[in-house]
Amino acid sequence: MTAGLEIGTRVVQDAPRSRRIPTKYLLASGVAGLVLLSLLRIVTGANDIDSGGIISAALIGAVPIGLAGLGGLWSERAGVVNIGLEGMMILGTWGAAWAGIKWGPWMGLVGGIVAGLVGAAIHALATIGFGVDHIVSGVALNVIAPGATSYLASRTFTGLQGGGPTQSPPLKQLPRFSVPGIEDPLTDLERKQWFLLSDVAGILRGLLTNLSVVTIIAILLVVATWWILWRTPFGLRLRSCGESPVAAETLGVNVYLYKVYGVLASGALAGLAGAFLAQVAANAYREGQTGGRGYIGLAAMIFGNWRPGGLAGGSLLFGYTDAARLRNAGSNIHALILLAAVLLVVIGLWQLLRRRRVVQGVIALVVGVGALLMYLLTDQVSSELAATTPYVVTLLVMALASQRLRMPAADGKIYRRGEGQ
Amino acid sequence: MSRFEPRRFLLGLAAPVLALLVAVLVTSLILVITGDPVADVWSQMLKAPKPGQATDMINNAVVLYFSAIAVAIGFRMNLFNIGVDGQYRVAAFAAAAVGGQALLPGPLNIVLILLVAMATGALWAGIAAWLKVTRGVSEVISTIMLNSIATGVVAWLLAKVAAEQSAGSNDIGTKRLPDSSHLDGFVLLAGTQKKVYGLIVLAVVVGFLYWFVINRTRFGYDLRATGRSESAAVASGVNVKRMVLSSMLLSGAVAGMVGLPLLLGENYNYGTDFQAGLGFSGIAIALIGRNNAIGIALGALLWSYLDKQAVTLPIATDVDDSIVKIIQGVMVLAVVIAYEVVRRLGKRIEQQQVTRELAAQDRQPVAEGASA
Repeated sequence: MTAGLEIGTRVVQDAPRSRRIPTKYLLASGVAGLVLLSLLRIVTGANDIDSGGIISAALIGAVPIGLAGLGGLWSERAGVVNIGLEGMMILGTWGAAWAGIKWGPWMGLVGGIVAGLVGAAIHALATIGFGVDHIVSGVALNVIAPGATSYLASRTFTGLQGGGPTQSPPLKQLPRFSVPGIEDPLTDLERKQWFLLSDVAGILRGLLTNLSVVTIIAILLVVATWWILWRTPFGLRLRSCGESPVAAETLGVNVYLYKVYGVLASGALAGLAGAFLAQVAANAYREGQTGGRGYIGLAAMIFGNWRPGGLAGGSLLFGYTDAARLRNAGSNIHALILLAAVLLVVIGLWQLLRRRRVVQGVIALVVGVGALLMYLLTDQVSSELAATTPYVVTLLVMALASQRLRMPAADGKIYRRGEGQ
Repeated sequence: MSRFEPRRFLLGLAAPVLALLVAVLVTSLILVITGDPVADVWSQMLKAPKPGQATDMINNAVVLYFSAIAVAIGFRMNLFNIGVDGQYRVAAFAAAAVGGQALLPGPLNIVLILLVAMATGALWAGIAAWLKVTRGVSEVISTIMLNSIATGVVAWLLAKVAAEQSAGSNDIGTKRLPDSSHLDGFVLLAGTQKKVYGLIVLAVVVGFLYWFVINRTRFGYDLRATGRSESAAVASGVNVKRMVLSSMLLSGAVAGMVGLPLLLGENYNYGTDFQAGLGFSGIAIALIGRNNAIGIALGALLWSYLDKQAVTLPIATDVDDSIVKIIQGVMVLAVVIAYEVVRRLGKRIEQQQVTRELAAQDRQPVAEGASA
């Protein structure tokens, strides 16, 4: 079937409009970003903004957010909104610590996944089995999970050496990997603080050395998710349940079953995210460890337009802002304000001069100049305000991007078999 | 309500009772599995509270009531204001800061505090509403982000306040309210000196207004219509964007009141020890109370009863008091599932009844001209 206007014998079709950005633009903007970052480092003197340390910290920050986001992706592609990711992640932190102490670090990962699965099973039962509103069920799960976790933790960790009701004993480490033979030369190059070269060295050092095995698993999971959901019949069926469950039903797809698969995968990934927090990022279970990362994961998924690649980019952005505030918040965030100011001024001018959008242009310019003044008039950002950076960035990004996004058509809608029109 | 229907009433009552039973059952199961004394826990939880404790429970319920009403306003039009938590903390801080200046004499200062709290709460909720209306950002995500931002902003402002404070004072907080602006409340229960918050009166007024506005006004009708079916509401001339904006502002204004009973009747300033996390309990209570003014009041009392009874649990039975969080959480989940099951059951019974009546009609010869 060809869509398009037929004139005479010639079929006139719209030029295929791809949502994808061509690779050369991506590369070019990558290089431009690098130059900008390097300039920013030299202008502000905040040498930590692209050091190996901060990139490595950003990666550690990005992995739990990205895994939670992947969880959200699986669930929402099957049409179930999963705000309960946060709760599943909390369950995962405890599950990982408990199993990790009992049977070793690898079983810890399994424990986290299983704990996340338990949360997901509850969510699946409520939303798919009983047809409860997805957000209501997720909120309820987020009430249960912290309570259950803190009860279980107080039962299992009190009395252990170095443990207590709100904290587990230190956990055994999972293996870490580095690309051999690059650590020292890159560190040397980074120390020289040359324009661009040192920046590249810092970023490479952060990305290629001292990687946790879970980080590598997480990266593989992003690729695997893309392949399963977009390249296999299973994935097509699962996504069809998120787009049009009634159509899927008429084609003989067991919609309930695929939705359950989606939610369970979601819980497993959220549980793994929790395990990462406990075992890799913190080395112990601590109460309140997730700190809303499940929600930020959801935001990263929305930012990435319900696609694995975009989601990974979103979580790196959030991971980076998180790392920037944790390490030397005052000067890092302060330097990033200058970057935001410059970007906003550029966007404002572009909107004003090229696209003739006066309102948007003026708003961007005013905010940009305001940020510039803020940069010039202060020399540090208070640690309390710096702590809000990831959340402010999330809000800003959502405000700028959310109109160009498209979620699965039947996402969040309650589906009952045989009730389609 | 057109007429009293015993079946609907019974079905409506069945859901929360069922949920409570499920919660008790699941919790007992968890206690058995972990090897904790089940009987001791329940006898401790069900022990009749002393008058002093009961007053505490009522006070806690008053605070939770505001929070749940704020959430319920959004729920009625399918708007998820998860941000009550941030809204009330920002509002309470602003109200405490303004109130502490004692700009107006006596009771007028209390009015000022109330207005500042409502305006600040509405403003904070308004950010999410504005983002949703103009930029299409889901309020679920934006209000959650605003909660975390509120934490940072309030901490930052508190640090600024602390810097001005005289060195040597231990508790960081805003200036204490003048004595004339305290609302100490009154003794409600015999046998205790403890007073019930004066703002319990405001809670009753807010509860009544909530019922009245939602059920008896044009605005409330539009709000409920938008919640039931947005397309139908649009077709009947409702401006959905304006409804989103106004109901979110209203929700934020009520959220602003959450901290006031504490501010005016207990703490008299906003400090680092100000109670946090009340917004999330509000969500749960709104769900338990089915967004109904009376139901929410009962839910708030039950929630607060569980909260306060749990305090003595670790001393009396050596069981961690977080077991109550499990009871509460399971209850919420069970309640929403039970309501859904009961709703569907009611619908099926209704369908069967209509089918029966139609069948009965078909058997009778219909009079000429009486076409439907």
